[in-house]
Amino acid sequence: MSHHVLSLLVEDKPGLLTRVAGLFARRGFNIESLAVGTTEIDGLSRITVVVDVEDSPLEQVTKQLNKLVNVIKVVELDQSASVLREHMLVKVRADASTRSQVLEAAALFRASVVDVSPDALVIEVTGDSGKVQALLRLLEPYGIREIAQSGLLAIGRGGKSITERVFKS
Amino acid sequence: MSITDSTPRQAPGATPELLTGSGAILRSLELLGIRDVFGLPGGAIMPFYDELMASTAVRHILVRHEQGAGHAAEGYAAASGGIGVAIATSGPGATNLVTAIADAYMDSVPLLAITGQVFSTVMGTDAFQEVDIVGITMPIVKHSFLVKDPADIPATLAAAVHIATTGRPGPVLVDVTKDAQQNRAPFVWPPRIELPGYRPVTKAHGKQVVAAAQLIAEAKRPVLYVGGGVVRGRASEELAAFANLVGAPVVTTLMARGAFPDSSPLHLGMPGMHGSVPAVLALQESDLIVALGARFDDRVTGKVSEFAPDAQVIHVDIDPAEIGKIREAQVPIVGDVREVLADLLVAYRDAIGRHRPDYAAWWERLRELQATYPLGYDVPTDGHLSPQAIIKRIGELTGPEAIYAAGVGQHQMWAAQFIRYERPNAWLNSGGAGTMGYAIPAAMGAKVAEPDRVVWAIDGDGCFQMTNQELATCTINDIPIKVAIINNSSLGMVRQWQTLFYEGRHSFTDLETGGGTRMIPDFVKLAEAYGCLAIRVTKEEEIDAAIRLALETNDRPVVIDFVVSRDAMVWPMVPQGVGNSDIQYARDHAPHWGED
Repeated sequence: MSHHVLSLLVEDKPGLLTRVAGLFARRGFNIESLAVGTTEIDGLSRITVVVDVEDSPLEQVTKQLNKLVNVIKVVELDQSASVLREHMLVKVRADASTRSQVLEAAALFRASVVDVSPDALVIEVTGDSGKVQALLRLLEPYGIREIAQSGLLAIGRGGKSITERVFKS
Repeated sequence: MSITDSTPRQAPGATPELLTGSGAILRSLELLGIRDVFGLPGGAIMPFYDELMASTAVRHILVRHEQGAGHAAEGYAAASGGIGVAIATSGPGATNLVTAIADAYMDSVPLLAITGQVFSTVMGTDAFQEVDIVGITMPIVKHSFLVKDPADIPATLAAAVHIATTGRPGPVLVDVTKDAQQNRAPFVWPPRIELPGYRPVTKAHGKQVVAAAQLIAEAKRPVLYVGGGVVRGRASEELAAFANLVGAPVVTTLMARGAFPDSSPLHLGMPGMHGSVPAVLALQESDLIVALGARFDDRVTGKVSEFAPDAQVIHVDIDPAEIGKIREAQVPIVGDVREVLADLLVAYRDAIGRHRPDYAAWWERLRELQATYPLGYDVPTDGHLSPQAIIKRIGELTGPEAIYAAGVGQHQMWAAQFIRYERPNAWLNSGGAGTMGYAIPAAMGAKVAEPDRVVWAIDGDGCFQMTNQELATCTINDIPIKVAIINNSSLGMVRQWQTLFYEGRHSFTDLETGGGTRMIPDFVKLAEAYGCLAIRVTKEEEIDAAIRLALETNDRPVVIDFVVSRDAMVWPMVPQGVGNSDIQYARDHAPHWGED
């Protein structure tokens, strides 16, 4: 099994996410993470999906996704030529005795503290999956109270855009 | 079809007419060339039915159950090659269409399902007769739309018909809220259809076609594996020209019966679980499979890892997702099979030059299989009729211009095996979904589409009891179909499996409709109650006369209750889960093979 990062350019229609998610469920494909958001073009959304499949089922995944009428384009991003980012908010236990150590750990990861209370901190971190996981491991001993994490976001490096080719054609 | 070319344009500068949403549905259907629709009204679709009542351009046929509307629309589409339209109200009306929608999805039938939906203002509140039909059908439609604004109706219906009928055909659902039917909006035609994500490929890549031609030219044991795509893609003529040029054997799947004439000496019959021995073993022993609009269904391949082990594969399909789904293709060709076959013919001629490939050894092997394992059946010894003999006789007396719709089960397989098909769209059945009850409504739809053709429903006693209420629709609307109930008093295919694989434990497969039982219901009385001509046949010498009387009777539907043996089985058979080399010609009788 290997991770593949797919970028889907889709029409922003009601039920679109259900169609995509339903297709994964029905065909038995595993979604590792999913992120949905707008694009620079009105009416178009971008879904970034991380799937965990071998190469040949991946071809089935992309072909089946392409059959969805509201899916305009499916691109597999080459992970070495792309910027990959996860975004996480983590609430970690931190009282007067441990706060400075937690802050130091956050600083090492260039994470920011976005909320402070007498017994906890909320830390925000952005990075690739490895960095986010490493920070989590470091914070673990202090007591992680809560995590909110986004799906992976990804964009190709360089000047090209996946939307421009669609609209030239 | 072309949506923009064939329809009248609005005069430039003219103000579009203000129509209710219902009026817009009707006008759009008319402009899209829809002549017949099947449906049943209810609360949420009443505004549209009010419009429909006055229409002279669109004939509405009132069914007795929405499933009947769905299958009738399927039969209409399958017989005519056009689109079929089914209409239902919200809630249970819509869910009753679900089986037919799933059926159309599995068999790539162009079906437009229009459903009423509750007022948009109460959607999501569990209102009376509210179901999320768009959500329910999502995995079994090619696409679906929810319309809440009457202004969206023309473009939505035009898009729906376009999607349903182009590329790989399939069902499209349009769910219209009651307020969208009631409110008014300017009716603009032709509408702008924007489907940036829908671009079916029809013209194949030239290089791939040349590669395929080369592979065919080099093959020693090629087989043309013809699927339902050739029927839907109207490619029979191109197939005949290509097959005759190549001189390779042809097999037609359950969905493709009639795509290539049974009378052709190149035709080996149907492959698959109940295929002919020559067709099954031709695929199994081939060195090149040319798959044309076929999808390597499990009922064709048997155990996939053992299927055609020596064969390379050329796979032609309009749906890229079918290629490589089950079996890897050495030459994948995405395109419209009709265009591809035409291109392939030219490329093949170039590839062979003056050297015609020699398939003599291959044909010798196949002719030997044909001679040794012809299709046949055992005559029953229990005093009841042979179902195969009856079905064969129906085909012989009726001929290839008729349409034959089957239900699902033993009678379906016998109808696929023992009726000779010479033209596409003559054979209608539920292949992928295996929907019992398909035959009667599908035959009804086919007869509406093709009123000049004789239409037979070859049905089982189990299937018949699922949808026979549409005989009322047939009688009242002057749709004189002919129904042959192959009455073996049981759910025959399940019973056959119980006999073969469950030690003869016939668990809940006895329907008590046949000879020597209580005969509940009495099919003759039931058919008479529906206003049909009803005939019961229990003796061999009555068979021809009954069929002839049915063929002569065209003022009402005909139902013949053929009381047949329940012990007749469908052979040959590849048991589930094994390779096709394990085909049984008859019970405990495996063919001999090998290169002896």
